[in-house]
Amino acid sequence: MGSGNNMKTRTTIRKGLTHLFIITLGLFMIYPIAWMIISSFKPNNMIFSDPGLIPRAVTIENYITGWKGYAGTSFGRFFANSLAMCAVAIIGNLISCSMAAYAFARLKFAGRGFWFALMMLTLMLPGHVTLVPRYILFNTFGWVGTYLPILVPKFLATDAFFVFLLVQFIRSLPKEVEEAAIIDGCGKVGVFLRIIIPLASPALVTTALFTFLWTWDDFFNHLLYLTTPATFTVSRALRTFVGDAGAVSNWGGALAMSTLSVIPAFILFFSLQKYFVQGITTTGLKG
Amino acid sequence: MRMMSRISRFLRHNAVAYMFLTPWLLGFFVLTLYPMIYSLLLSFTDYDFTMPGSTQWIGLGNYMKMFGSVFGVSEFTASTGELMRVDPYYLKSLSVTFTYVFVSVPLKLVFALAVAMLLNQKLRWVPFYRAVYYIPTLLGGSVAIAVLWRKLFEKDGLVNGFLGAIGFTDLPGWITNPNYALRTLVLLTVWQFGSSMIIFLAGLKQIPQEFYEAANVDGANKVQQFFAITIPLLSPVIMFNLIMQMIGAFQAFTQAYIIGGGRGGVLNSTLFYTLHLYIQGWTYHEMGYASAMAWVLLLIIGVLTAIVFRSSKWWVSYGVGE
Repeated sequence: MGSGNNMKTRTTIRKGLTHLFIITLGLFMIYPIAWMIISSFKPNNMIFSDPGLIPRAVTIENYITGWKGYAGTSFGRFFANSLAMCAVAIIGNLISCSMAAYAFARLKFAGRGFWFALMMLTLMLPGHVTLVPRYILFNTFGWVGTYLPILVPKFLATDAFFVFLLVQFIRSLPKEVEEAAIIDGCGKVGVFLRIIIPLASPALVTTALFTFLWTWDDFFNHLLYLTTPATFTVSRALRTFVGDAGAVSNWGGALAMSTLSVIPAFILFFSLQKYFVQGITTTGLKG
Repeated sequence: MRMMSRISRFLRHNAVAYMFLTPWLLGFFVLTLYPMIYSLLLSFTDYDFTMPGSTQWIGLGNYMKMFGSVFGVSEFTASTGELMRVDPYYLKSLSVTFTYVFVSVPLKLVFALAVAMLLNQKLRWVPFYRAVYYIPTLLGGSVAIAVLWRKLFEKDGLVNGFLGAIGFTDLPGWITNPNYALRTLVLLTVWQFGSSMIIFLAGLKQIPQEFYEAANVDGANKVQQFFAITIPLLSPVIMFNLIMQMIGAFQAFTQAYIIGGGRGGVLNSTLFYTLHLYIQGWTYHEMGYASAMAWVLLLIIGVLTAIVFRSSKWWVSYGVGE
């Protein structure tokens, strides 16, 4: 009896210590982000070297100066641009990737193995080998300076990660419903629209989610193709806080706009957590 | 006639499937295959985006420009008779990138595995903890975090504020000091171990608990169990994470670009390969050279991935009992 209690106490203490350790390490992990958020409310001259999380004075001035944006364009515009771009990118990826995935996962056709192998190869292909010709191509079309170089590829299923994710998911669906539908005279297009799409909705949510995050956070393509401040996205605009030699003149504004820029990711992450885990574990989505 | 009937039979059997595949096929041919071939051709030219008319075939000139200094050459005559200068920064960018990849990826995987094992216990709040540890990964690739990182590691930044408070003096500006700048980027990468952690966690859950129980009965301690059970059974997941992280790390760009203010930092200490490629192609318009650089990057990644795959028979076990 006594030794049983003793064991129980020891397990409780051990578990308590584990929790304590995980929480302490977690605080270190979160600290920089918490500091960014808190500091964005500190007066500009107090941000420097004040490691504390409790601000000695609170101001929203950083948000006002930061919101003014760059070259006469405000962050309101940059946020609108980013949101619109993400919305179109999501539509493109959902349509094109689910179509390709349905073909690979369910349809039998000549050359399926060959095309699937090629698709898997492009999964690992570093984008830089296509960079210069794509730029030349988009420039010939007169697309540089517009969103088209970023958005058109989404309608052509170039994000192989999502095709792979959806293939994996569709393959795991039970076939009986589809077979019943085919017996009832439903064609392949009907099966796709009425059965596969609804059943694959968890994987489609994951696709939409990561398309949003990657498009929102993408910087390289925005740097290449968005040439005028009126078209800038949030990530492209944040870069304008950092001068060419790396100096930053308005740290308060930079931290305030940086804080705003991560809000969508936070909201999505905490409301759709299970889709994150699913997406990461089925395809090893980089992040 | 037979030809026609063959075609029509092919269409009857395959038309719907190829219709579904059309967007992907278009993307593959127009945005992947054709650009790949085109960039391979461009890599043998001096293509300048602003003067496409004057493009000349220069053979291996761009490759010589990259690796000339290995042979002690600083200038050479291209096949066009033109004098070309060897890129003095190419090897630097290569060594910066290799250092970054070979330090940050193993560290990241070690952290990811350690935290995954910590969270793979019968504990409350594990989903919450997992979420907290994933947050840096969720946000880490953004420009916002790169800007923040610059602030944290400046001479009068947060990190030095901390270190000063606990008594350190003569602290460097971590980002402006060429000895430390790359390390701050490595730290930024290792901090984002969340994806690998989640994959490890899923892998750990697949290991049957009976194995550990049997090992306990046999008197194996935790360390022995780790090396005899956990590592072998997790090895396919380790390989997967290793390859994905390695491919990603070779292409790192945003963080170095922001922290270096669009350049390679002090003494090019953070001149990542892709950053150098961008500067060559888009600042100096040397797009033939940028294409050659891209192909060398593809070769490097391809060779290293192949090495990991080939080596897998030595260290990756599939299934129990091997």
